[in-house]
Parts: sequence; C-alpha cells; structure tokens
Amino acid sequence: MKYLIIILSTILVNNVIFSQFLGICPFLGTSKKTSTALGMGAAVIFVLTLATLVTWLVNQYILIPLGLDKFMQTIAFILIIAALVQMVEIILKKISPSLYTALGVFLPLITTNCAVLGVSLTVVTKEFNYGGVAHMLSLGESVVYAVGIALGFALALVIFAGIREHIDLMEAPKGMKGTPIALITAGILALAFMGFTGIV
Amino acid sequence: MSNNVKTFTKGLIKENPILVLLLGCCPTLATTTSAINGMSMGLATTFVLIMSNLVISLLKGFIPDKVRIPCFIVVIASFVTIVQLVMQAYVPDIYETLGLFIPLIVVNCIVLGRAEAFASKNPVWPSILDGAGMGLGFTLALTVLGCIRELLGSGSVFGLRILPETANILVFILPPGAFICLGFVIAIVNQFKKESH
Amino acid sequence: MLIALFVITAVSGGLLGLVYGMTKDAIAEVDAKKNEAAIQAVLPLDGEITYKADTLRYNYEGADLTFPCNLAYDANGNFKGAAVKTSEGGFGGKIDMMVGFLADGTIKGTSVLSHAETPGLGANMTGKFKDQFVDKNPASFKLIVTKDGGNVDAITAATITSRAFSKAVDKAYKAFEANKSQFITKAPAKEVTPDADVAPAEENNENMEGGQDNE
Repeated sequence: MKYLIIILSTILVNNVIFSQFLGICPFLGTSKKTSTALGMGAAVIFVLTLATLVTWLVNQYILIPLGLDKFMQTIAFILIIAALVQMVEIILKKISPSLYTALGVFLPLITTNCAVLGVSLTVVTKEFNYGGVAHMLSLGESVVYAVGIALGFALALVIFAGIREHIDLMEAPKGMKGTPIALITAGILALAFMGFTGIV
Repeated sequence: MSNNVKTFTKGLIKENPILVLLLGCCPTLATTTSAINGMSMGLATTFVLIMSNLVISLLKGFIPDKVRIPCFIVVIASFVTIVQLVMQAYVPDIYETLGLFIPLIVVNCIVLGRAEAFASKNPVWPSILDGAGMGLGFTLALTVLGCIRELLGSGSVFGLRILPETANILVFILPPGAFICLGFVIAIVNQFKKESH
Repeated sequence: MLIALFVITAVSGGLLGLVYGMTKDAIAEVDAKKNEAAIQAVLPLDGEITYKADTLRYNYEGADLTFPCNLAYDANGNFKGAAVKTSEGGFGGKIDMMVGFLADGTIKGTSVLSHAETPGLGANMTGKFKDQFVDKNPASFKLIVTKDGGNVDAITAATITSRAFSKAVDKAYKAFEANKSQFITKAPAKEVTPDADVAPAEENNENMEGGQDNE
C-alpha cells in the first residue's frame, strides 16, 4: 500500500518536471516527437532506478561509515552516475544496436540530466512522510520512489510531445516560435498537474 | 585585448546562456521565486563557472582526452561542494531556500558546456573571462526573472513591498508561473533578436 | 589514463576535506544560534532564566518518540516552562518546530525551524497561522483543525500543512504533560545561559506574507 502511494505521488502529485523542476533540458529537447520521447523516457527509467539503487548503497555502506558523506557526496554520486551511463551505453551497443542508434546523443546526455543526480541526492537527504512517521527512505522505498519519478518523467515527456506535434503545425507569433510557446504550454500542463495536489 | 572583451561580454547578452542558448533551465525555473533567490543562485553558479574554467584550463595539458568528461566533472563537483559548505556556514537562510539546486550546479549544462567548449581549448585568462561573462549573464537573467515573479506573486522586489498584498497572483511563485514567465521573457528576447536581422 | 582521473579525484577529495574542516564549526554554530533564537522566541520569560537541556520520551500513537527540549528555571530554581522540539511530516516534507510551554501547559509561542511547504500556501504557517496558538492551553484548546472537530483555524487551501502543524504541537504538549512532574522538583544541574543579545527570530524562512483566511 505504501509503495502504491509512493508511485502515485511521484508520478502525479510531485511530478519531477511540473513540480520539482528536474530534467527540464531533456524535456524541452527531446519532446518534439512522440517516438523520441518514448525512447528517452525508457532510457531514463532504467538509468534513474539503477543510479538511485547504487548511490543509496554507496552512501549507506561507504560514505556514511567513513564520515565522507558531508563533503564527498556530490563527487561520488556524479561519478557513479557517469560510470553507469557509460556502462549502459556499452551494454546497449552490444545487446540492441538499433535502440542504441535510435537514442543517439541522448544517452550520454542522461549524465547531465538533473533528475538523475537530483533524485539520488533527494532520497539520501530528505525525510519523507510515507506511512505516517517522517523518516529517511529505506532502500526499497528509494528504488520505488526512483521508478515512480522516472515514470512521471516519461509520462510528462510523452504528453508534451503529443501536444508539441500539434503546436508545430500552427502559426505562432514571431517571438513565440519554438521554445517560448513550448514553455507556456508546459506552464499550462503544470497548472493541470497541480490539480492532483492532495490525492495522497 | 578586444578579443578578451568580446569573450567576456558575449555571455552577457548575445550568447546569454539561458535566454539565447537555452541552457540551465532547471535552476532558472526553480530558484527564481524571488529576486534575491535568483541572484544568489546566479552568483553561486558564476563562482563555480569561473573557478572550474580556471582549473580546467590550467590542467588541459594533463587531462587525457578519453577521460576528460569525468575529470571535468570532478573539478566542477569540487567547487560546487566548496560553494555548498561555505553557503551552509555563512548564509544559511539562502542555503536552505536554494536547497537541492546548489549541488545540482554540477549538472548545470552551462558549466560542463563551457568547460568542454572553451576552457579545455583556451588559455587561462580568456577562460576566466568566458566563465565570468557567462556566469554574470546567467545571474542577470535569473535576477530579472526573479524580480518579475516576485513582483507579480508576492508584490515585492528584493523584499521591499511595492504592490499591495491583495494584488498577489500566487501562481507566479508556483511552478506554472515559472514556465509561463520564462516563456514570455524568452519570447521578448526572441522578438528583439529577430528585429535586428 | 585512469590515473589522471584518480589523481584529480584524490586531490579534490583532500581539498574538500580541508574546506570541510574549516567550515564545520561555523556550520555547527549556525544550528546552535538558530536553536537559541528559537528558544527565546517561543518562551519569552522575564527575569534571570537558566536553561537545562533534556529529552522527553513519550509513546505517541504507538510509537516511542523522543523530544529534545530546554527546561527553564528562574533565579530561585522554580520550573517556569520548557521549549520542546517536535516535528511532523507536512505536505512537502518534515516540518521541524519548537513549542514553548509554561509550567501549566499554556503555549507561549511556536517557531518553525525548517520546512518544505509550498510558498504562498503552507509556508504561510510562519505568519498569522501560528499566532493563534499563543496563550492557549491545549487542555481547553483542541489541537485539531476545525474541519476535524477541533479549535485550530486552518490555512485556506493548506489543510495538510495545518494538520501537520497542529499534530506536531499536540505531540509536544502530550510529551510535556507526561514528563513535567519530574522537572518541577529537579533543580538545574547544568547552566546553559543563552546569549542575551540574540534577537528573537519570528520567521527564519523565506519572506512570506501572512495568508488570508477566508471564513
């Protein structure tokens, strides 16, 4: 039950893009076509979940016991994420070259996706209220949280791509063409997502 | 000499990282709920930009090409951590408000972008100027956006009340307002860009 | 090749350790100052007061909780009240706060130490909302929002935050009441006098205007 609440709240209530402002650059960059959006979403789901799992373990069993978590956390986490993305790239190239070429330049860009580092840091620094008492997330809760966040990211991306495909067919005023109209659309979507506040 | 001046000034308006190059959107949207928040974020990022550009330019002969991105990341992350610790110790209120976005300066596309595009290929002094220019351009954009959102959403600018409380439009300090304001600001910049052609 | 990366990481690690060593005292002091300011804000007492740090233990709704607190004694060793640290999960995360109680249980003040509530909505709990608790005794003032049958006026559109705030105060009150008998007889063993020059801090988060309560 608690895990269902975590998933629901991360996808809808605290959506990573519309509420937490993480992952905006790929959001604006890869949402022009629904197919790229789906690919990016899938890649992020995989990397985010894996990254959160590994960084949580490293933080719990290496950084904290050595007292390094106060100043080595950022460096350690981002190096782990960079290494993981590199690994995913190599594995994907071997297992599914077509998917690898489809994702193209987006895959290495996941390293600089603030959502990945952001979520990794959030689960080890913030106390959450799931299940009643405010507490730091356990490993299981952190992984479910990461999956939820990534699903929310994918959802936002796909919805947005669908809308943008339509907007591109319309005449926007000179200054608004491209990014500005996309941002305003995102703003209206964010407004819509605000309606989910309070369902959990 | 004029080359260096151009290196510095291009980051301010012509190649403003957020308004023209559209990099660094996440902190822009998240930390501009008030003018002082936006400005603080911009200044923190500027410090990291200048220092990391400096060090990476110094080390450019030493860093092998294959591991250059991880090396850049470590350098950038170190300065980000320094900013974190210093802010936590000396400006704790701003530190708490900016929260997660201070460590996220590490993955701010502007910082890694300048390291890769400029500092790794240019001497130290121009690299410093490039970092300073880009950083100040970023700060400028963040402060302007922060002023707009604070004025519309809280009726004040830098904490000084200008509009009565009844004129507060709450949505501007909430997420939708961030997107909408940034959209309009970029649209205005684009309009002027197009007219100058 | 990887050696370069290793060297850079090692040097950075060393440098950061150094900076951490230099700043950690200042960081600890920030917390201490915040604490002292909060104690002054929630428990404004006249005369010469000495404070003694202690911990309250209480089983609230099935969970064993601990509440760090500062007990106040006057010049004659009489127990005057306590500033109790409490917390509750709010809308955006944990709300940490301090509540000041007089010896008879009357709330003298509340101060939010940290929170992650929505600016303009839940964040307004640091404004007019928290003032309604001052000089109320929870024996008669039910620490539940009116919607749930209590006496607390919730912030419009921020019911979750209001509920969390009230629950935090309620926890502190129950823990205080359960433990206070032992303090009334204890005299201060350790003198911890807060800095008299520290100005009481009312709000230590973003500048937020007080919310408007529409009845």
